Amino acid sequence: MLLQTSALSRHFAGLVAVDRVDLAIPQGGIHAVIGPNGAGKTTLFNLISGLATPTAGQISFAGQDITLLPADRRAQAGMARTFQNIRVFATMSVLDNALTGLHARLSASLPAIIARLPGFRRAERDAIARAQAALALVGLQDRAYTQAGALAYGDQRRLEIARAMAGGPRLLLLDEPAAGMNPAERAALATLIRAIAAQGTTVLLVEHDMPFVMGLSDSVTVLNFGRRIFAGPPGAARQDPGVIEAYIGHKAAVRLAGQAP
Amino acid sequence: MLAQQLLNGLLLGATYALFALGFTLMFGVLRVVNLTYGFYFTAGAFLALWLTQAGAPLFLALPAAAIASGLIATLLDWLLLTRLRRAGADELASLMVTLGAVLALYAGMTAWLGPDIRRLPPGLIAAGALEAFGLRITLAQILILAACALLVGLLLWLMRGTRLGLAIRAMAERPDTAALMGIATARLAALVSFVSGALAGAGGVLIGLNFNAIHPYMGESMMLRGFVVIVVGGLGNIFGALVAGLLLGIIEVLTAGYISSGLKEAVAFALLVLVLWTRPAGLFGTTLARKA
Repeated sequence: MLLQTSALSRHFAGLVAVDRVDLAIPQGGIHAVIGPNGAGKTTLFNLISGLATPTAGQISFAGQDITLLPADRRAQAGMARTFQNIRVFATMSVLDNALTGLHARLSASLPAIIARLPGFRRAERDAIARAQAALALVGLQDRAYTQAGALAYGDQRRLEIARAMAGGPRLLLLDEPAAGMNPAERAALATLIRAIAAQGTTVLLVEHDMPFVMGLSDSVTVLNFGRRIFAGPPGAARQDPGVIEAYIGHKAAVRLAGQAP
Repeated sequence: MLAQQLLNGLLLGATYALFALGFTLMFGVLRVVNLTYGFYFTAGAFLALWLTQAGAPLFLALPAAAIASGLIATLLDWLLLTRLRRAGADELASLMVTLGAVLALYAGMTAWLGPDIRRLPPGLIAAGALEAFGLRITLAQILILAACALLVGLLLWLMRGTRLGLAIRAMAERPDTAALMGIATARLAALVSFVSGALAGAGGVLIGLNFNAIHPYMGESMMLRGFVVIVVGGLGNIFGALVAGLLLGIIEVLTAGYISSGLKEAVAFALLVLVLWTRPAGLFGTTLARKA
């Protein structure tokens, strides 16, 4: 397993946002965590990426226990993420944004920078080439010198993905990547996510939009009220009575079951 | 006469700018109004005083005092603010903690060393001066100008031209997101404290040279100017601090020269109020707009 959580919990002053969640994400493919609004999906992402600390439970990544590792060390271990509410560095250029995503991959000591050693210069050229490749992946190669804050909403979302991909992560976490997108943009996003998975990066995405996830994912984990209520292939999730109930409510589920042939 | 006043103002302004750059860097990146900042200015001046009294040449005493001031800044930031940062305390808490700390530091230093004004050893710099086009510039002033230009240039290059600067700018804008990019924010915060403290320390040495008057509270009067400069220049704006620092130095010297030296601070603070009336985020500020 590339990423595994066991009995992972996070309490906020009496509220249990994530409740003993077991998650197992294998190497490769596209995986989704879905659930109604407030099911604890974003909190789970924050726990995995290191923005929040778990109240209980464990997280392991690539065979290493990362439960207590700070966010920057997790990034260096090969984890990258995007945000539901866009968080590009608005005052920097598009290219500089992508370059920050490479930070985890590059080690530049202060003396090497000051001395401008040849090895450092080569690394710097290499970094710019990789940042530009990441921009090309999402189709932003022509906007490299635009200020990121001036990009359109959809382009800022794509820039976040490029920034996350620049370092060549093993695991890419996408937090509601399709939020606020129209059907055409969603289709383009699905194509992009498939291309990323085809490059060998494992994708884990959080969504509350079921149709988007169903056509895209190899496996689905469903959360409701912080608990895992389902894990398996997307087809089976659609048939699962617990999942249906979580999404459309108990009464409607009973009515639907009654109408079934 | 006017040209000479402008030159003197530029010199004074260059040291103000140098001092304010560290202050604005600290505020912009660490998001803390750290009032202990003025103490590093005093510390730099005293360290250079002691080193030169012990016989060290100025070209060694200046960098040594700057580096030591940087280390003191890193240590004090860690000591005073780590707990507050971890607890996510608001800006007022760090303001009060650093205010208390800096008053204790000044008072402790005065109790230890006395309030007397000290002078650098005579003959530290050759007393010569250059004269051209009716302007006169002493060797000490040339040294001050050169040191300011070098340090400001280095800082701008670090921030705009290196990957480290990119990481610092990323951290200034969104610390959480920067950490997710693999940027070791805690280590970088220590580095920023060091650079800021070193700039303040260097400023202390240079002002000490310019006026040849070193005393424990010298950092306090400098802090008032530091505030004017970083607020007028736009909080956290390096280029703005540079311009505002030069401007303040020139205005102070012109006021003292043509109106009255007793009025130079009144004019400086009237300028602050005037700028903030018309541009609440400072001359080059975007911080307030970005926060909104």
